[in-house]
Amino acid sequence: MTYFPEEVVEHIFDFVGSHRDRNTVSTVCKAWYQVERLSRRTVFVGNCYAIRPERVMARFPGIKSLSVKGKPHFADFNLVPYDWGGFALPWIEAAARRCPGLEELRLKRMVVTDDGLELLARSFPNFKSLVLISCEGFSTDGLAAIATYCRGLRELDLQENEVEDHGCQWLSFFPDSCTSLVSLNFGCLKGEVNGGALERLVARCPNLRSLKLNRAVSVESLNKILARASHLVDLGTGSFAVDHRTDAYHTLMNSFPKFKSLRNLSGFWDASPCCLRAVYPVCTNLTVLNLSYAPAIQGDDLIKIICLCFKLQKLWVLDSIGDKGLAVVASTCKELQELRVFPCDIYGAGTTSVTEEGLLAVSSGCPKLNSLLYFCYQMTNAALITVAKNCPHFTRFRLCILDPGKPDPVTNQPLDEGFGAIVRSCKNLRRLSLSGLLTDQVFLYIGMYAEHLEMLSIAFAGDSDKGMIYVLNGCKNLRKLEIRDCPFGDIALLKNVAKYETMRSLWMSSCDITLGGCKALAAKMPRLNVEIINENEETDEFEENLSDLHKLEKIYVYRTVAGPRNDAPDFVWTL
Amino acid sequence: HRKLLPNNNKTKPKGASFLFWFSPFLAFFLVILLLPLRLRNHHHFDVLWCSRRRLMSPPLEHDYIGLSEVPSAAVGGGEEGALNLKATELRLGLPGSESPDRKDKVGLTLELLPRGFVSGAKRGFSDAIDGAGKWSFASGESGSEVELGKGGGLFSPRGEPVAGSSGGQGTGGKDAAAKAAGQERKGAVQVGSSVGDDRAMAPAAKAQVVGWPPIRSYRKNTMATNPSKNKDDADGKQGLGCLYVKVSMDGAPYLRKVDLKIYKNYKELSSALEKMFSCFTIGQCGSHGIPGKDGLSESRLMDLLNGSEYVLTYEDKDGDWMLVGDVPWEMFTDSCKRLRIMKGSDAIGLGKYDPVNVLCYIF
Repeated sequence: MTYFPEEVVEHIFDFVGSHRDRNTVSTVCKAWYQVERLSRRTVFVGNCYAIRPERVMARFPGIKSLSVKGKPHFADFNLVPYDWGGFALPWIEAAARRCPGLEELRLKRMVVTDDGLELLARSFPNFKSLVLISCEGFSTDGLAAIATYCRGLRELDLQENEVEDHGCQWLSFFPDSCTSLVSLNFGCLKGEVNGGALERLVARCPNLRSLKLNRAVSVESLNKILARASHLVDLGTGSFAVDHRTDAYHTLMNSFPKFKSLRNLSGFWDASPCCLRAVYPVCTNLTVLNLSYAPAIQGDDLIKIICLCFKLQKLWVLDSIGDKGLAVVASTCKELQELRVFPCDIYGAGTTSVTEEGLLAVSSGCPKLNSLLYFCYQMTNAALITVAKNCPHFTRFRLCILDPGKPDPVTNQPLDEGFGAIVRSCKNLRRLSLSGLLTDQVFLYIGMYAEHLEMLSIAFAGDSDKGMIYVLNGCKNLRKLEIRDCPFGDIALLKNVAKYETMRSLWMSSCDITLGGCKALAAKMPRLNVEIINENEETDEFEENLSDLHKLEKIYVYRTVAGPRNDAPDFVWTL
Repeated sequence: HRKLLPNNNKTKPKGASFLFWFSPFLAFFLVILLLPLRLRNHHHFDVLWCSRRRLMSPPLEHDYIGLSEVPSAAVGGGEEGALNLKATELRLGLPGSESPDRKDKVGLTLELLPRGFVSGAKRGFSDAIDGAGKWSFASGESGSEVELGKGGGLFSPRGEPVAGSSGGQGTGGKDAAAKAAGQERKGAVQVGSSVGDDRAMAPAAKAQVVGWPPIRSYRKNTMATNPSKNKDDADGKQGLGCLYVKVSMDGAPYLRKVDLKIYKNYKELSSALEKMFSCFTIGQCGSHGIPGKDGLSESRLMDLLNGSEYVLTYEDKDGDWMLVGDVPWEMFTDSCKRLRIMKGSDAIGLGKYDPVNVLCYIF
């Protein structure tokens, strides 16, 4: 193989797609390393602090697509202090210097600034696609820069970001010559956008297939846009509430039937039941439906729409759908692969929420179900065991019982057996989130059976260090482990330190880890960054005084070849 | 009117006559300004402050957000007459003048549970939650005190089976534990109520575990501001009940975020914010800003005297910047988009800038 000329090897590598495979071929020999690195077009960095951006750009000068993740997952739930880090600018700067051919950038949970966006916009002449997920730190000014300078932009996808509103004019910065947009998603913006500019933009982009509006876009504006964009495949409406006596309502009712290619629907902010009727004509073709921002739609109205959606593959709803509605899902949506049920109201007593019955119904009616996120007030072992039997294809299973530590209400037992059945039956399970009352036993099961598990989230579970030890000794493919409020201490932390180098990261908060334990870990494993996050503590003063017995509130441990980071704020200590 | 120490007046760069006229008000403001600075859990003060803290036994000072009054008896050990708490508190005024003690405010917190602390440990929510968890056991079943549990789960039953009623995991000692927990709860409640905060006892308690249930703040914020109420709630709390707004402070290097829904009134918000930002109020903080031996450094005092009082302002739905405190609390939380702690001099002209309002929100 090494006798083939490089061009041939490179051509063969073109067929080697996945990151893992490419990483593997690059380790075979120097020649292959060289060929691989020069021909690599896509790089994914799961932890922005695992490697310095300059090294990535130096090794892969030809990349066209870069994907970087920043903050730990628990940052989504405000467990990571606001200024912990995850800055995108060093990555943008390094790419601007070494990889001017960059076409796509995808950032998740990072701090992006307007300066960064402007640098991005100006540095890459072929830039086509920007996807920002759960990022923050930028404003609509940064978006204006993207609009202005990115000729040939195809995709601007902003998902759930915190964007400062500096005015509605950013959309007008798309020049008249911009006709290349395929996907535009600004659903997370809080402010108004210029309606006229939006309509003109939609009108001049014939390839536009995905458009997601924000809540500030009214039904009237939506009507005008829909009139110009009949090729849409993916639509996120704006505010979906209008009085049924108005013209806008009637126009809306007549807008949807012509959308022959519409497959995804989302948005529906403030949707009222009568407006929802507008989408009935397209329901039969829908594959993705997201009604999780429409709390005014009650169970019965949801049922009316769902019974038309028999091709549905992905459904996101609020728990107002109830067990009854989920039974309708089960009988109608035979193609369903992903279901997410979010709570409407976490203070309620669960009167109109879902229970294990709903999940049972869906599991028996939807054999293709492989991804679940389910918020409920109670779950039983029996139900979980049955679900496991019905749906052995789960790859993602996230169950959140809203009362931490709640046992099976029928038997008062912990939910160890239920989750144990899930991991035993679902051989391809990659992601698991646990809740409810759980003892060390469930971790024994997870360690034994969850061979492909990559990400595990644990909260308010376990009895002793053994729980964590079972997991660390067991799950061979574990990449991310995040734990909060569990009685795991230094013994568990230090039992299998080599494991952490095979993982991307470990997060532990409100456990029993002490400073001494972390120091020991850092000493044994120099290629890990052991970060201690002390948000409310006095830092300088007590650094000397803290004994090794001092219990730590939050730690974040991750493998890295970049050493301790130099942008850590005061309250983060890297041991 | 209290007067400033005379020599400070003379060194002021601004017009002396203006200052002379203004100084009584200035002094009054500054006294109130400095009252909050008796924050014990803050390390960016002077060396003397630091050394005094070292004399204290760590467990006592490391209470849950440093709110409880350190009993004077606790200073114990190395206390000397000259080193008592009051003498080293940062106050402005003639020696011997008394400023009213600040009542401990419960800002961002749950109930204060002085459990056995591991040395220096600020266990934060989980400790508080453990105690809270016992509260629900005290009632014996998940019905009555479930208000606490309702709030998305206030209890962390670490190492403790949560079988609400009978049955459970066969822990015979559970009833005894529940009883003891009941006692502890009473004690805790007293601590809680002594600061006038009965939030922890309120049904559908707003005080809940941070980050639980695991719902993205984006979703929480979106649902919280959703006007359509789909069912009636007894105390009017709807949706995911959380509203994070950014708080910036002029001169501070980074922003913070607060959840407006966890405060009941302006006072709570103000004390929480001052805790967050207190390290920035005194000119320099952190590595630069060498403290003087006598307490306040010259530069810090100058900053204060130069009128760098801070005022809390907010941006409302219409994009206008308003002074916090003018409207009823509920109206404020409905319309507040973000907060900004501005220098007082910049805030002139923002609505009612009268001393009473300013006093409440000065840092």
